[in-house]
Amino acid sequence: MNLSNLGNLSVGLSTYLLVAAMLFCLGLYGVFAKRNMIAILMSIELMLNAVNINFVAFNRFLWNQKIDVHYVLTGHVSALFVIIVAASEVAVGLALIIAVYRNRKSTNVDEFNWLKW
Amino acid sequence: MSALPTVGSLSMLLPFTLLAPLVAMLLIVFLPKEESKTIKIVAAIGMFVSLALSLYAFYTYDRVLGGMQFTLTIPWIPDLGVSLALGVDGLSLPMLLLTNLIGFSSIYASWNMEKRVKEYFILLLILIAGVMGTFIARDLFIFFLFYEIVVIPIYMMVIIWGSTKRVTKEYAGMKLTIYLLIGSAFLLVAMIALYLAAAANGNPTFIFDELAARQELYSPAFQKVAFALMLFGFGSLISMVPFHSWSPDGYAGAPTAVSMIHAGVLKKIGGYGLIRLGVYVLPLGAQFWAPVIAVLAIGNVLYAGLIALAQKDLKYVVGYSSVSHMGYVLLAIAALNPTSMNGAVAMMFAHGVMAALFFAMIGFMYEKTHTRNITELGGLAHQVPRLAIGFMIAGLASLGLPGTVNFIAEFSIFISTINVYPVLTILGIAGIIFTAVYILRMIANVLFGPRRPEWDHLTDIRGPELVPLVLLGFVIFLGGIFPNILMGMIDTGVTSSGLAKILETVSQAKMGGLF
Amino acid sequence: MHDLFQWAWLIPALPFLSFLLIAFVTKRSKGLSSTISILAILTSLGLAIAIALSIIRAGEEIVEHPAIVNVNWLNIFGLNIDFGTIIDPLSGMMLFVVTLVASMVQIYSLGYMHGDKGWSRYYAYQSLFAGSMLGMVLATNLLQLYIFWELVGLCSYLLIGFWYFKVSAREAAKKAFMTTRVGDFGLLLGMIFLYNKFGTLDFAALAAALNTNFANVAVVGTVGYVTVMAFLIFMGPVGKSGQFPLHVWLPDAMEGPTPVSALIHAATMVVAGVYLVARMYFLFDASPAALQFIGGIGAFTAIFAASIAIAQNDIKRILAYSTLSQLGYMMFALGVGSFSGSMFHLMTHAFFKALMFLGAGSVILAVHHKQDIWDMGGLWKKMPITGWTFFIGVMAISGMPPFAGFFSKDEILANALQNGHPIIYAVGLFTAFLTAFYMCRLFFVVFMGPEKSENHTHESPWSMTIPLIILAFFSVVGGWAALPEHNFAFFVHFGEFEHEAINWTLAGISVIAGLLGIGLAYAIYVKKLISAESIVTRFPRVYKVLRNKYYVDELYLWIIHNVMDGFSKVLYWFDIFVVDGIINGIALITRGSAKTLRLTSTGQVQTYAMVFFFAVVVLFMAFAIGEGQLTALNPLATLGGVK
Repeated sequence: MNLSNLGNLSVGLSTYLLVAAMLFCLGLYGVFAKRNMIAILMSIELMLNAVNINFVAFNRFLWNQKIDVHYVLTGHVSALFVIIVAASEVAVGLALIIAVYRNRKSTNVDEFNWLKW
Repeated sequence: MSALPTVGSLSMLLPFTLLAPLVAMLLIVFLPKEESKTIKIVAAIGMFVSLALSLYAFYTYDRVLGGMQFTLTIPWIPDLGVSLALGVDGLSLPMLLLTNLIGFSSIYASWNMEKRVKEYFILLLILIAGVMGTFIARDLFIFFLFYEIVVIPIYMMVIIWGSTKRVTKEYAGMKLTIYLLIGSAFLLVAMIALYLAAAANGNPTFIFDELAARQELYSPAFQKVAFALMLFGFGSLISMVPFHSWSPDGYAGAPTAVSMIHAGVLKKIGGYGLIRLGVYVLPLGAQFWAPVIAVLAIGNVLYAGLIALAQKDLKYVVGYSSVSHMGYVLLAIAALNPTSMNGAVAMMFAHGVMAALFFAMIGFMYEKTHTRNITELGGLAHQVPRLAIGFMIAGLASLGLPGTVNFIAEFSIFISTINVYPVLTILGIAGIIFTAVYILRMIANVLFGPRRPEWDHLTDIRGPELVPLVLLGFVIFLGGIFPNILMGMIDTGVTSSGLAKILETVSQAKMGGLF
Repeated sequence: MHDLFQWAWLIPALPFLSFLLIAFVTKRSKGLSSTISILAILTSLGLAIAIALSIIRAGEEIVEHPAIVNVNWLNIFGLNIDFGTIIDPLSGMMLFVVTLVASMVQIYSLGYMHGDKGWSRYYAYQSLFAGSMLGMVLATNLLQLYIFWELVGLCSYLLIGFWYFKVSAREAAKKAFMTTRVGDFGLLLGMIFLYNKFGTLDFAALAAALNTNFANVAVVGTVGYVTVMAFLIFMGPVGKSGQFPLHVWLPDAMEGPTPVSALIHAATMVVAGVYLVARMYFLFDASPAALQFIGGIGAFTAIFAASIAIAQNDIKRILAYSTLSQLGYMMFALGVGSFSGSMFHLMTHAFFKALMFLGAGSVILAVHHKQDIWDMGGLWKKMPITGWTFFIGVMAISGMPPFAGFFSKDEILANALQNGHPIIYAVGLFTAFLTAFYMCRLFFVVFMGPEKSENHTHESPWSMTIPLIILAFFSVVGGWAALPEHNFAFFVHFGEFEHEAINWTLAGISVIAGLLGIGLAYAIYVKKLISAESIVTRFPRVYKVLRNKYYVDELYLWIIHNVMDGFSKVLYWFDIFVVDGIINGIALITRGSAKTLRLTSTGQVQTYAMVFFFAVVVLFMAFAIGEGQLTALNPLATLGGVK
């Protein structure tokens, strides 16, 4: 990587990627380590948002061109899709969590290993 | 490859033969399950049509012309060279007839079945159709397809309708199925290798004759490896020592009809495949492995024959006896000459009829007495004389008594193997002494001796139950007294197909003077 | 060729037809079954007599050129077998003997088997036997002969075990089949070797092939090969004709009905082995070693069985051992080259031994199914016909002139000495002495002496006495066939025919040996000059060994039960625990590893996710390091390319 090139940009692509990566790792950590199902769901949201940042950043820095007069906004649209899917996912996930909670009186994932064997 | 179906004379004969049991099966699917009598009659009619058609094929087959007849070829997956190719020659026609004889008899052997009749007959008819398909297929792909179809009904029939004696029926069914599947896995590898080697000239095909015609494409090394794979697959199917142990356990666990079909015809797919695919397509591989087959074959004859002496359960005696008899088939195949091929096919036919009759009679005996233990039985000739006659016919055929078709088969095997493997053949002939001992002991202890009051309530076989005895007994004696009816057909298959020509090239297969 | 000879196939076909009719149609009707069977065999007898007369009329022509008819039976690549009929003096003689004895036995059975539950079954088996035996006699090739040979074995099995509810009958039948099967192993093997060597099994073609092979010196090793084949083929006759060491089944075969013993185990089936050796004499003649072996086995069996017969008390067993001994006679006659003598003895023996068995049956019926000779006694007065005919039989087997046995025995013994076998001659002579002794012992104990009052005996019905009288007639005149005006040896001989007059010196010696035996028996059992008990107490060991038949049965049983069954159990153990153990072991390994591996499936989604993530990272790094050149997989390189 060429550092001199990097120096010319005040806030470059790498900055965004760095933030997104940090956000993703936070989410990942949450998914692996949290015991509360709602916390896990929130961590997943963090990861999705990290992806959204990537989408938008890549679109802005690597695909910043016009066709006719319009900018190509594929990355932005993808991010929108992800947000919608994430919203529905949260809805389904929360519904499941509530159903499980009603059954087991718990949201601790350690207690849920029914898929074992 | 022509894209149009090629049609020989009477080309619809074989499809109809194959479809008859399947149509009967479909009818049974739509019958209410309480109508057990109707279900049995429909099944019997289906098999009767099939039997009649195969008999018709047997008589109209032109023995002078020879070769594949009643052929039908419909391209199925042209890109891969797969086509729905049916046809029979002198090798497969006896096996087709055998399948239908035994299939028809097995329906009657299950006439007293009362547990889940509908499912039973549906599976039985699928099984019969599957076996039939392997014998009329002219295409390796179709052959393999039908072979795989056979496995599923067998598994279900054993674990649902089987019986638990020394081993549980679940174990028996599992063992049977896993052996068949492992064998077929090796076959699949061999099949694909063969297909790829044959497609090297850019014209893929699965047709047996085509595969055999492309000898120059198979290097000797390839033939050795491919034949070894086939030997494992077909060898475990024909219960070659040491891959035989599924056979006695499987027969003992299976219901009567499955034992009949399995010992009678399904096992013979192994021998048939070894000839049709192994020897015919890969003669050099066969030549390389022949001595090994021959030694293992004598292992079959003597080892299983001796073990049969120690058995107490009737089905185990016949199970080991059938392993022992398959040794003769393998020995004949290993001798690699036209007379021995005649003998091998004849032995498969003869043993099939005999084993089916044996299992049918044992089935009736078990149904009536609820035991198969030789020490608990005795003096049954008093109460069930007709059953005793059937049992004796099967026993005498099993020990190769002249006048039965089994003698013709054994004789043509011995006469053709003595040149190639003198010592092994002498050992094989010595096997007939063991056979005599265990068969005569079993007959004496089960049928003869003082009347036992506990069996006085038994009723003799009658009506539909007589069908296996009459039909199979008749075939045993007809083939033994007028051998040309059967042997002429087999001889046509051996000499007028390419087989005899191929055998000439490898006929020098010998183990030296040592064996 | 005589037209009649083409119809010879009818002789076996009629009894076969009768068998099928009885088995499938008239099974239920007893009277009809026996009528059909007897009519069939009597018609065959008529045909056989007609053929025999034609042979005698044809004379030298038929001796030189047998009438052979063949039809193809089995024709495949490399195997071509015919079925046919051969008419020569040998088969003509056999046809006559077999049909005569068979019809006598079937008529006799009308009385003997009266009221038996298995009447129709009995006559069906009888017909099947007659058909198979006659088919065997007419065989033109070895395979055809073998097929019928096995079929008569089957009939023997069925008829020995006719009263299958008796455990002893069942065991005897099994033993007979198994023992002969051992012999048949050799026969089958020899047959296969023959086919392999000469490419045919036809007797005429084989004889011709053998001749050319011997004429051609270049065929090296033929004599050795022929000897091996002769030995193997001889195994069949050893089993069938009860030669040592496969003789054990014949005495036990007496468990069958007595007429069956008369027909199958005295007159016809057991001589099948002798007949086979005679048919294949061209083969044995080519190998001096084989002939010597046959002579040795025959002579040993003759004296061995005769010595056992002395110490037996069961009337049928004495006759059975006597049969063994006489079969040994026929066999060693073939071994010493007395072809005509052997065949002649075969014929006369069939008459007088069938007669004595039927007589024994008549006695057994009269004393209500007791078989111990010491339970009988003084029957002469009560049963004059049986007594007189039995007397004729005893005289015939003892070799007294002018009864049939005298001529045949004399010819054999004379030939043995003339052909240079003095030891065999001595054995034969001593056997003749023993034979006269034990047969007279039997006769004196059963028919002479005090009557046993508890027996309430009476003469048997006419259906049983008429066959006795007819057979007695042949037991007298049968031997006269050897007299110069109807010379038996002119018709039945092997190689060049040489006329030989009766050597009266040797004949005298044989008669003296027979008379000695008769005298000794008379002294012991009628005059009681010597007490039988004192002899037994003097030689207890010898008596015990003879009484127990030299313990051969015990030895065989021990071998079967310990060696064979033991071996079988060991192999079964091996099969279950080693062969199956390996299979089950593979299954167990599979199951075991599955059990271990499933511990990794904790059911915790987070664990799975973590494993998944780190696996992806590891894979990614592996690709990145291993295949650094692949820019497509290296996003940093892609980024670096961006301006």
